[in-house]
Amino acid sequence: MKLRINGGQQEVEGADPDTPLLWVLRDHLGMLGAKYGCGIGQCGACTVLIDGEPTPSCLIRAADVGDAHIETIEGLAGDDGLHPVQQAWIDEQVPQCGYCQSGQILTAVALLRNNPQPSRDEIDRKMSAVLCRCGSYPRILKAIAKLSEE
Amino acid sequence: MSVGTALPHESAALHVSGEALFVDDRRALEGELHLAVGGSPVAHGRLRAVDLSAVRAAPGVRAVLTAEDIPGRNDCGPIVEDDPILAAEALRFVGQPVFAVVADSQRLARQAARLAKFDIVELPAILDARSAHERGEFVLPPQVIRRGDTESVLRNAARRYSGRLWVGGQEHFYLEGQITVAAPGEDGQMEVWCSTQHPSEMQRLIAAALGRDAGQIRVETRRMGGGFGGKESQSAQFACLAAIAADALGCPVKCRLDRDDDMRLTGKRHAVEYDYEVGCDSDGRIQALQLRMLFDAGHSADLSGPVATRALCHVDNAYFLPAVDLKAHSCRTHKVSNTAFRGFGGPQGAFAIEYILDDIARDRGVDALDLRKAHFYSDGAQTTPYGQPVEAPLIGRIVEELEQSSDYRARRAAIDAFNRDSPVLRRGLALTPVKFGISFNVVHFNQAGALVQIYLDGSVRVNHGGTEMGQGLHTKIGQLVADELGIGLERLRVTATDTGKIPNTSATAASTGSDLNGMAALRAAHTLRRRLADFVAAREGIDAALLEFADGRVCGGGFDAPFEQVVRQAYGHRVQLWSDGFYATPDLHWDRERLQGHPFYYFAWGAAVSEVAIDTLTGEYRILRADLLHDAGRSLNPAIDIGQIEGGFVQGAGWLTREELHWNERGELLTHAPSTYKIPAVSDTPADFRVRLFDADNHRPTVMRSKAVGEPPLLLGFSVFFALRDAIASVGGGRVSPPLDAPATPEAVLRAVEACRGGTG
Repeated sequence: MKLRINGGQQEVEGADPDTPLLWVLRDHLGMLGAKYGCGIGQCGACTVLIDGEPTPSCLIRAADVGDAHIETIEGLAGDDGLHPVQQAWIDEQVPQCGYCQSGQILTAVALLRNNPQPSRDEIDRKMSAVLCRCGSYPRILKAIAKLSEE
Repeated sequence: MSVGTALPHESAALHVSGEALFVDDRRALEGELHLAVGGSPVAHGRLRAVDLSAVRAAPGVRAVLTAEDIPGRNDCGPIVEDDPILAAEALRFVGQPVFAVVADSQRLARQAARLAKFDIVELPAILDARSAHERGEFVLPPQVIRRGDTESVLRNAARRYSGRLWVGGQEHFYLEGQITVAAPGEDGQMEVWCSTQHPSEMQRLIAAALGRDAGQIRVETRRMGGGFGGKESQSAQFACLAAIAADALGCPVKCRLDRDDDMRLTGKRHAVEYDYEVGCDSDGRIQALQLRMLFDAGHSADLSGPVATRALCHVDNAYFLPAVDLKAHSCRTHKVSNTAFRGFGGPQGAFAIEYILDDIARDRGVDALDLRKAHFYSDGAQTTPYGQPVEAPLIGRIVEELEQSSDYRARRAAIDAFNRDSPVLRRGLALTPVKFGISFNVVHFNQAGALVQIYLDGSVRVNHGGTEMGQGLHTKIGQLVADELGIGLERLRVTATDTGKIPNTSATAASTGSDLNGMAALRAAHTLRRRLADFVAAREGIDAALLEFADGRVCGGGFDAPFEQVVRQAYGHRVQLWSDGFYATPDLHWDRERLQGHPFYYFAWGAAVSEVAIDTLTGEYRILRADLLHDAGRSLNPAIDIGQIEGGFVQGAGWLTREELHWNERGELLTHAPSTYKIPAVSDTPADFRVRLFDADNHRPTVMRSKAVGEPPLLLGFSVFFALRDAIASVGGGRVSPPLDAPATPEAVLRAVEACRGGTG
C-alpha cells in the first residue's frame, strides 16, 4: 500500500488494508502526532487533513485513502520554522495537556485556508469537531482571531 | 526572574509539533503484547463459572488470566480492600473485569474477550443512591458535621424551607484514556510506564498484586493527556493487570483501554441526592441548615470516604452558617465505583448551599447577590462548621470588584427589562462565589520531595513527586528552581515523575501539586545555592550573603563568574552538587472521628458572573458573557493560572449543564462514548469571556505567596447554572423557583420552563 503523506510517498508494509488510517500512521509509519481518543470519529484527537479536509483518521480505512493527499501535524512546520497556526498556538499558550492539539491545529489550518477571516459561527461549526477536556477553547478562539487579523 | 511571568508551558513546542510523547507514543518494546478485559454482563450477580475456551482459542491470543492467576493480593482499592482486580465470584457492576486477555494486538484481545460464556446467578441490583439508602446499603459509615442546636433553631425560625435536589455525576473524559505499559526486568523487577496522577500508589498496588517488594517496582509518568482526578486511583486496576500479565508471560504488556471500556469501567464524579431543611430570619438570613447528602459511591469504597469529607467541608462555601447538621452517606450501588474528580466532593458540597440561597432569595424577592453577600465570611474570627477560622476572607473584596467590573447592577436591570418584553427568549444573570480549602484532608498526605542535580556543564535536572497532566506543574517548578539558581530555563529540565527517584509521593491531587512539590524543589535548589555560595565565599574571602545568582552568573563582593565555572570549581573541591528537598505543610490537624480541626492551610477564593439566554420553546441556551475574578495568590505563572481558571469554568459549567450520564434499568451505561456523552465544545465558550486574577498575596508563607489553582475555578461554573435558573424563573414572574436538577440540559430547562408556566396558571 502506498500513501501520499505531507508531500511525499510512503510505502506501508504489512498493514491489513482494513486498518484505520490512524493505526497505519502510528504503528506502521511511526507518525505519532495523531492521537487515539474515541475510535468513532467523535472527539477529533486523531484528525488529519485528507485533500485539505479535516478527517478523523480512526474512521477511514487506510486502503480507502487511495491517491488523496494526507497532511499530518508532522508535515506542518516548514524549513523556515513553525506553521503560523502552530506559532499562534504557542503565543496564545493554548495547549494544557496537549493531547488533542494536533487535531485542533490541523482543523484550524483547514478552516483558515478556506476562509482567512472566519466568523465565530463558522469557527464554532468547524472547530467543534475537536474536543478539548482541559477547556483550552477561549485561547483557541484568541489564536484564530489573531491569525485572522494578520 | 521567571517566577511570576507568563511563560509558555514547558512542553508547548512539543505539543504543537505533535512531538510530546504520551505513554502510547513510546516505541513498542520487543515482543510487546496487548491486554483487554472481559467482564460481567450483569450489574449484580454471583459468578458460578466462566467458560474461556473460545477466548483462549481465538486468533492471536497468548494468554487469558483470571483471579487465580494473580500471584499476590487481588485488590486495587486505594484505601479499603474491596476492589478486586479481577472478580472471582461476586459481580457488582456491568463490565466488572473478570478476566484479562493478552494478545498480539489490542483489536484481537478485545475481539477474543467477547467470546466468554458466563454462568451467572443474577441478583437484584440497586442503581441509585436513594434506593441504597433505604435498604441500608453503604460502602462506608456515614459522616456528620454538627454545630449548634439545629433542631431548635429550625423550630423557632421565622421562615423555613425544605426541598430535594439531585446533581448528576461527571465522566472525566480525559482525551488520553487509561494506559499502562509494564515490562519485566531482571530478578523480579518490573518497569511500568503509566498515565497516572499517583505513581507511588501504582507501585504499591502492583507490588501487592505481584506479592513483591515495592522496591522491585518502578513506575514512571512523563505526562498525561488529562487526569482531572480520573487517574488518581482508577489507573490502578489496569496498571496492575498489565504488570500481572507482563510478569506471567515474561514480556512487555500494554493495556490501553478502548474509549467505551474506559467509560464503562472507570468511576466518575459522584452523583448526589440532597434533602435539606433551612431556617431563616425574616430577611432570609440562614440561621440553621440541615442537609443530608446521599453519594452514589458505586460498588466499592474507592475514594468515596474522603470525597464525602471534602463535600461536608464545602457545604458552607463562602458563607458563615451559625447552626448546621450536615450528613453524608456513601451509598452502595451496583455501578462502577465513583472517584475523585476535580474538586473531589467540594463542588457537590458547595452546590447545595448555592441552590438553597437561590431559592430563599427568590422567595423573599431580593437579589440573590445581596442575599449571598449578607452571608459572606467577613472577618478572621468566624469559623467553618468544622471549626477552622476563616483567615483572610477575600470574598467580600473579590465580589465587590467583580460586581463593578462586570457592571452587574446595570445588567441586572437591563435583563429584567428585556425579559418583560420578550415572549420567547429570556435572559438570566447570576454571580456565585467560591471558597475552596487547600490541603489534603488527610494530614499526612501533605508532604512532598524533590531532587535537584547540577551537572558539570552547569545544566540542571529537577525531579519531584508531582505529575504533569496539563496543569503546568513542571513549568512552575522549573521556573522556581531556575530562579533560585539564577540560570535560564533552557539549562534546566524537569524530568518524568519516577518512583525510583522520589519515593512515597502523594497523588498529584487536591490542587496541592505546586504548593507541595514547588516548595520541596525550592528547598533543594536553595540548599545547592547555599553550598555554592559558601564555597565561593570561603575561597574568595567574601561574605556569602553578598553573592547573587542571576543571569547564569554568580556575582557580588567583587566576585563575578559564570554559574558553570563555579560549579566546576566546586566539584573540584568535592562539594556535593545535588540535593534533595522536603516539605510538609505546617499547622494542619484533623480529627477524623469528629470531623473537626484545621484541615486546610488556607482558602482560595473567586467569583464569577454569567449571563445566559434561553429559548423558552426549545430549552436551548447560550452563555452570552462570563466574567471571572479568581485568587491565585501571587501567581507563579499568570498564563498557566488563567488557563486553569478558564478550563475549570468550562468543565464546571459542562458538569452542571451538558454532561448527562445515563444508565438503563439493567445498570448498563448508555452514554459510553462522545457520541452520546457531550462534554463542552468550543461552541460552548461564552461569546464574551473576561478572566482576571485577583491581586493579593497569600497571607500564608506558601511558595512565593502563590495559591493553588487546579480545582477551585471549577466552581465558577456554578454561575452558568444559576443564570439559567434565573432566566427560567422569569417565565413565572421571578418569584417561583424553578425545579431544576443538574445537569440543566436543554430538555431539563424546557421541563422547568413548562413547570414555571404551569405555576403561574
